[in-house]
Amino acid sequence: MNTSPRANKITLYIVMVVFALFFLLPLYVLFATALKSFSEVSASRMWNLPTIISGEGFAKALEKLLPNLLNSFYLVIPATAFSAILGSLNGYIFSKWKFKGSDIIFPIILFGMFIPYQSILPPLVRFLMSIKLYNSIPGLILTHTVYGLPITTLIFRTYYTEVPTEVVEAASIDGAGILGTYWRVLFPISLPGFVVVIIWQFTNIWNEFLFAIVITSSPAKQPITVALVNLAGSQIVEWNAQMAGALLAALPPVLIYILLGRYFLRGLLAGSVKG
Amino acid sequence: MKRITTILLCIAVGLAVLGVPAAVGAVTGKLEIVHWWTAGGEGEALDAIAALFESLYPEVELIGASVAGGAGTVAKGVLQTRILAGNPPDSFQVHAGMEVRGHILAGVLEPITDLLDPAVFPKAVLDLCGYEGEVYCVPINVHRPNTLWVNKEIVDELGIAIPTLSDFDVFVAACEKAKAAGYVPLALGEAWTVNHLFGSVLLGALGPDGYRGLWDGSVPFTDPGVTLALERMKTLVGYANVDHAALSWDAAAQMLVDGKAVFNIMGDWAEGYFKAKGWEPGVDFVWASAPGTRGSFILCIDAFGVPKDAANKEAARAWVKTIASIEAQDIFNPVKGSVPSRSGADKSLYDVYLIWSMNDFATSELVPSLAHGGVLEALAGDIGDIINIFVTKPDVAGAQGSLNRAAIDAGL
Amino acid sequence: MIKERTKEKLISIGLVSPTVLAIGIFVYGFIGWTIKLSFSDWNTFAKLLKGKFKFVGLSNYIKLLFQDPRFPSDLWNTLFFTILFLLGCVTLGIILALLLDRGLKGSIIFQNIYLFPMAVAFVVTGTAWRWIFAPGISAYPQGINLLFSKLGLDALRWRWFVSIEHIGPFNLALIPVVIAATWQLSGYTMAMCLAGLRGIPSQLIEAAQVDGASGWQVFWGVKFPLLRPIILSAMIILGHISLKIFDLVFSMTGSGPNLAVDVPALYMFETTFERLRYARGAAIAIIMLIMVSFIIIPYLISSMKREAKK
Repeated sequence: MNTSPRANKITLYIVMVVFALFFLLPLYVLFATALKSFSEVSASRMWNLPTIISGEGFAKALEKLLPNLLNSFYLVIPATAFSAILGSLNGYIFSKWKFKGSDIIFPIILFGMFIPYQSILPPLVRFLMSIKLYNSIPGLILTHTVYGLPITTLIFRTYYTEVPTEVVEAASIDGAGILGTYWRVLFPISLPGFVVVIIWQFTNIWNEFLFAIVITSSPAKQPITVALVNLAGSQIVEWNAQMAGALLAALPPVLIYILLGRYFLRGLLAGSVKG
Repeated sequence: MKRITTILLCIAVGLAVLGVPAAVGAVTGKLEIVHWWTAGGEGEALDAIAALFESLYPEVELIGASVAGGAGTVAKGVLQTRILAGNPPDSFQVHAGMEVRGHILAGVLEPITDLLDPAVFPKAVLDLCGYEGEVYCVPINVHRPNTLWVNKEIVDELGIAIPTLSDFDVFVAACEKAKAAGYVPLALGEAWTVNHLFGSVLLGALGPDGYRGLWDGSVPFTDPGVTLALERMKTLVGYANVDHAALSWDAAAQMLVDGKAVFNIMGDWAEGYFKAKGWEPGVDFVWASAPGTRGSFILCIDAFGVPKDAANKEAARAWVKTIASIEAQDIFNPVKGSVPSRSGADKSLYDVYLIWSMNDFATSELVPSLAHGGVLEALAGDIGDIINIFVTKPDVAGAQGSLNRAAIDAGL
Repeated sequence: MIKERTKEKLISIGLVSPTVLAIGIFVYGFIGWTIKLSFSDWNTFAKLLKGKFKFVGLSNYIKLLFQDPRFPSDLWNTLFFTILFLLGCVTLGIILALLLDRGLKGSIIFQNIYLFPMAVAFVVTGTAWRWIFAPGISAYPQGINLLFSKLGLDALRWRWFVSIEHIGPFNLALIPVVIAATWQLSGYTMAMCLAGLRGIPSQLIEAAQVDGASGWQVFWGVKFPLLRPIILSAMIILGHISLKIFDLVFSMTGSGPNLAVDVPALYMFETTFERLRYARGAAIAIIMLIMVSFIIIPYLISSMKREAKK
């Protein structure tokens, strides 16, 4: 090699910076437009920074989207909690208390996370109608809880597999039942598993769009992703408010990502059914 | 004479004091109305009519549930699922034509023939609002989709004569001239606006009778008129802006305001847009029937009906009765930028374009709209797809075959 | 003791049974219902309201596959989209992982930047990408075209997602959508590869270097073969995402210009929930399910077998 290690290093940094610019490009467009006043927004000036930083876009977006932002929280928090708790129990059974057929049932459950949800949507809509949960946040909570079960079960199962079986056996010899063992031995060490699952579910449910647009039809019930798209659907688009709204919608998951990125990464890797 | 006047006055006062409030007082509760008027002028127009309604029926709490999104497609989906769930709103916006026919045949709406005076509405309008002699929805306004909008400054500069632009060949020659001068001749927008344009082109090529026949199955899509329409469509798209698929209808209209484009074929809601941009009708922009469609008026009618399962049927009936009145229509339409669906309008309330449209409405052949619920919706959707593909791959015979199959599939 | 065992078994079955039941109904029961629906004539609002099934055999499928102006091109679009998207994600993911694997100072910051799109909703990024790739008209460029023109790169100006150019059945308008999707998900392949690279024993690489292998040879000879299974499973995960992609296309382009970027998920949504052709929509959904099953079921089986061996 005839290049000096130093020059080599600089080249590497340049390459990494170029890629970083590509990854930040949409973010730049979002911010530059969101912070402009409506009169300054125009396609011909989209790459310019705002001449004056204006809160107009954010104010308008917040005014229009605040109820939907709250809807998203009402939806995401219970749905995440339910699917995490059930997933933890399932993961525990499927890793430590295998019964005859459990190795067949598990992949059958797992398949549920890969299906295109279109293939269950028409009956789902009718089912939710029949139990009077259509067009409601509880309906969405139920939906996300059920379809979140495969992934939460998978993550917890992988997590608990690494807990030595002897620990569980010791507890059960001491007379603790299945649930007792879970409660005394596994649950206390489950925090990292829960963090991974909670982050994963929170981000996914927050960002989800298809269920949300099909199941919640009244604007007052819709989560933020649908409301954001509808904002653009109105006839004359105020782009600064639109972009500000997009940033608001992105904020909670991105905050979590920034604060707990390590766990986010683990959820990501766990999603790929490692054997 | 004086006595008679006094008696009449007494009767009038008596009615006002006793009769009307008594009838009105009976109507109470919440009234939920689903509509898709969210943007600027539309929202204001509805607010104005809501204010009138509330002054007439102060006991009713009017709740407007607006659903934004392209020409009501989103709102319609919402509505249909609510109806399927057995939970319809008390009244909802619907396009007159096959769109409301779908609701009638499905048994969603109930007849409201007794609430309006058939003498003041044109027969063609009531036909679109009803079925087998009964009326099922009240038309609140009429928009005219087949309108050609013209940037006056540019046509003056190019020396294009405006009055004959409705002649298809003259229009094409004008486009050629505009193109040579470096302008975009025809400003066009995203998919649904292409379908909208095709509606005007079909009407132009087949004439009003042939065009009507397409939708009831009496004229097949194999008709040579359809071939001509596809040929013309090909020609027109050749004069359109290449980025049209990325533009909403208002962004396409903006090309005229910006002086980039010369013509735009769009419904007359575009007039409201031009005025909002500070353009003056007759001065900065002029209009004509879309090429080939002089003497015909495509009806884009917004209407409201009363569902059988409405929670507050009394209030819903009061609502549709109110919007059938000329007072309500004269409050609503000048703001909305449309014309009343009935006679008796006070013309002094309307601008120069709307008066033109009103006169045209009174004298033209009235035909249903392709892009706005006038024809079978599933068929309109399929035609939209086919035309959208045709714009890229202008295979006339292929497209005509597809159109014919779609019509058969739709049961025509 | 044996009694104890039976009791435990019952408890463990009892604990997972709510999930098994829920998945049984919500996944398999509903799929069965959708399949039934796809053989019916529920293609108008009136028939839907009446709620009576009439079976029409395969006619919805036949219409879609052989007579529909839209669906066959949706399938082509999906094919090309998937190929390009996988190619993009794998290539970019490997490059980024190799860069980060050098362990230079500040790598973690770059890693976070490369990965952050994964935390953002498709509908958010779709909004931004639509604005970036809207081309404008030649005299008045917009978006990325405007940027190119400012940088003096006018040759790169193009019509992006409103392009109507196509090579055979491949619509070039898909390219901007592929770019947006790759931007969003290449972080995934990067993370997988990075985890893989970090798991390679350093002795292996050192041994190769001692033997005089160049960086390139080390990559192809040592690293890549070890990464291969990881890349394969990343491709399967991304591939099934791409078969059902909806949010991004919906918010970025819609089915767009001349249906050049239309995909089955979008057509299913419009058919079912806007045109109320539930049966036709169900048929599209089932075709999507079959496509996804083709890559996911073998993957699940092989994963489980591999696990059983351990």
